[in-house]
Amino acid sequence: MHLSNDILLAAIEQQLPGVVLSHEESYGMLTLETTREQIIPILEFVKNDANLQVNFLTSLCGIHYPDQPGRELGVVYHLQSMRNNFRFRIKIFFSIDDPIVPTATTVWLAANWMERETYDFYGVLFTGHPNLKRILNVDDLDVFPMRKEYKLEDGTRTDKDDRFFGRDGHEGQLLE
Amino acid sequence: MQVQSYFSGLDTIDGELVTLNLGPTHPATHGIFQNVLKMDGERILDSEQTIGYIHRAFEKLAERRPFYQITTITDRLNYCSSPINNMGWHMTVEKLIGCDVPKRAQYMRVIIMELARIADHLVCNTVIGVDTGALTGFTYMFQERELIYEMFEEVCGARLTTNIGRIGGMERDFTPAFHQKLKSFLKGFPARFDEFTSLLERNRIFIDRTVGAGPIAGERALEYGFTGPNLRAAGVDYDVRVSDPYCSYEDFDFIIPVGERGDTYDRFLVRQEEIRQSLRIIEQAYKNLPIGNYHAEVPDFYLPPKPDVYTKMEALIYHFKIVMGEIPVPKGEVYHCVEGGNGELGFYLVSDGGRQPFRLHFRRPCFIYYQAYPEMIKGSFLSDAILTMSSMNVIAGELDA
Repeated sequence: MHLSNDILLAAIEQQLPGVVLSHEESYGMLTLETTREQIIPILEFVKNDANLQVNFLTSLCGIHYPDQPGRELGVVYHLQSMRNNFRFRIKIFFSIDDPIVPTATTVWLAANWMERETYDFYGVLFTGHPNLKRILNVDDLDVFPMRKEYKLEDGTRTDKDDRFFGRDGHEGQLLE
Repeated sequence: MQVQSYFSGLDTIDGELVTLNLGPTHPATHGIFQNVLKMDGERILDSEQTIGYIHRAFEKLAERRPFYQITTITDRLNYCSSPINNMGWHMTVEKLIGCDVPKRAQYMRVIIMELARIADHLVCNTVIGVDTGALTGFTYMFQERELIYEMFEEVCGARLTTNIGRIGGMERDFTPAFHQKLKSFLKGFPARFDEFTSLLERNRIFIDRTVGAGPIAGERALEYGFTGPNLRAAGVDYDVRVSDPYCSYEDFDFIIPVGERGDTYDRFLVRQEEIRQSLRIIEQAYKNLPIGNYHAEVPDFYLPPKPDVYTKMEALIYHFKIVMGEIPVPKGEVYHCVEGGNGELGFYLVSDGGRQPFRLHFRRPCFIYYQAYPEMIKGSFLSDAILTMSSMNVIAGELDA
């Protein structure tokens, strides 16, 4: 079967109406946005569907947009159907004050460490995860270091600030 | 403390279970990571891995660097085949900025990447030999790896952390010394590699030690996110070079070797055959090396020649803008993957138009497949567990990001 962005989108819409909040194509790759309540049903559907055969979780990672109130944190799933040679990604966003997402380890075992890494760096709590603890950082670290509020540079330095990287020094906004 | 609680629920067999710390700095693990093993005599009942001893915060660092400075970070992922990481990163940025690389540069990259793959597989396979007690092959094959590193030196000046190539192509054309070294390597290596092959491939002791050690089935391997030689040894013929060809891999004739049982011996054989296939690719690419430029015309990203910087105003401006990171970048998200030494090495780059990535995530094959290790060694002997680890080619640098 030849799988295309349109076919995949139609298949998901038909099976699970209304779960796709928005979709776009970025450099040819279909990007869907859904909610954390719907992510596991979508993953299960695309994995088990006899035509789609999305058999592989390529990658799972967190992302932090501090200037999106109520949907600051996100998790991005890259999925792949090896038989159809097709890739796409799914995103979910949620509030940083309520970073709870159901685990994908029930669908793919590979999600185990990827979710631990996402927890470690972004503080996303995956409910149902068998062993959710830090993986790369030390156990007693009390921050989630990939969140944008943790600056890489020493805050007292004045010779390197965000303006040198095309962004406003205070809010991290792009310079126009 | 956490480890104790993890094991406290286990049934004991004869009441004399031993907790054994394999690592963090054990010579047989070939890297800084720890396995806490629950042993009944010499049999492993359970294990718990700890990684992160060399965590270097690459993803955080990448959010504060212009694109060209991130290349040096990728060096340090799988440091046995840095050029593949470098090229993968360049191609990710090229995809984002929409840059077409000339055919000559693509073929040059293929030659470099396949040399890196040979070096990577040589280390892995000879170390499997070392862990079964056969040191000889290792000492001889390291001389071959040395020849490959000398070629890298000709192309980029470095050996291990290569920082090879540039966004848009290669930093310099192949030098006469490189041509000479590559020709002599292509001529001499197959015979010497056959010697190594004859030492191990049909060696009774080696086969007894490796057949059936640390097996994993194809379906299970896919569940665990395996890619690369480890997945192919389990019988799944997935290779990024074929499924999503980059750098003109579609021009070359090569096969994807697969195994059946997914055990240590199959992983060894798959890597052996991949070395031969890599040689075939290099020969084809070198024989048909196109004439032309070795880099694309992307003045916004590719540094001008140094003499021009001193004499021409335009070159000076571009040089300054690149070095100071004052180049506007398109907004967008790209995922690009290459077939690394250990499997699919992916780069997920989110650009918001700033001069450094808004988010960069590395898909490191080692990190993902190493989580299957406890399952693969459960119930086996400690000595088999060591072999299983070296045959999975777990590189500490690639566990981290």
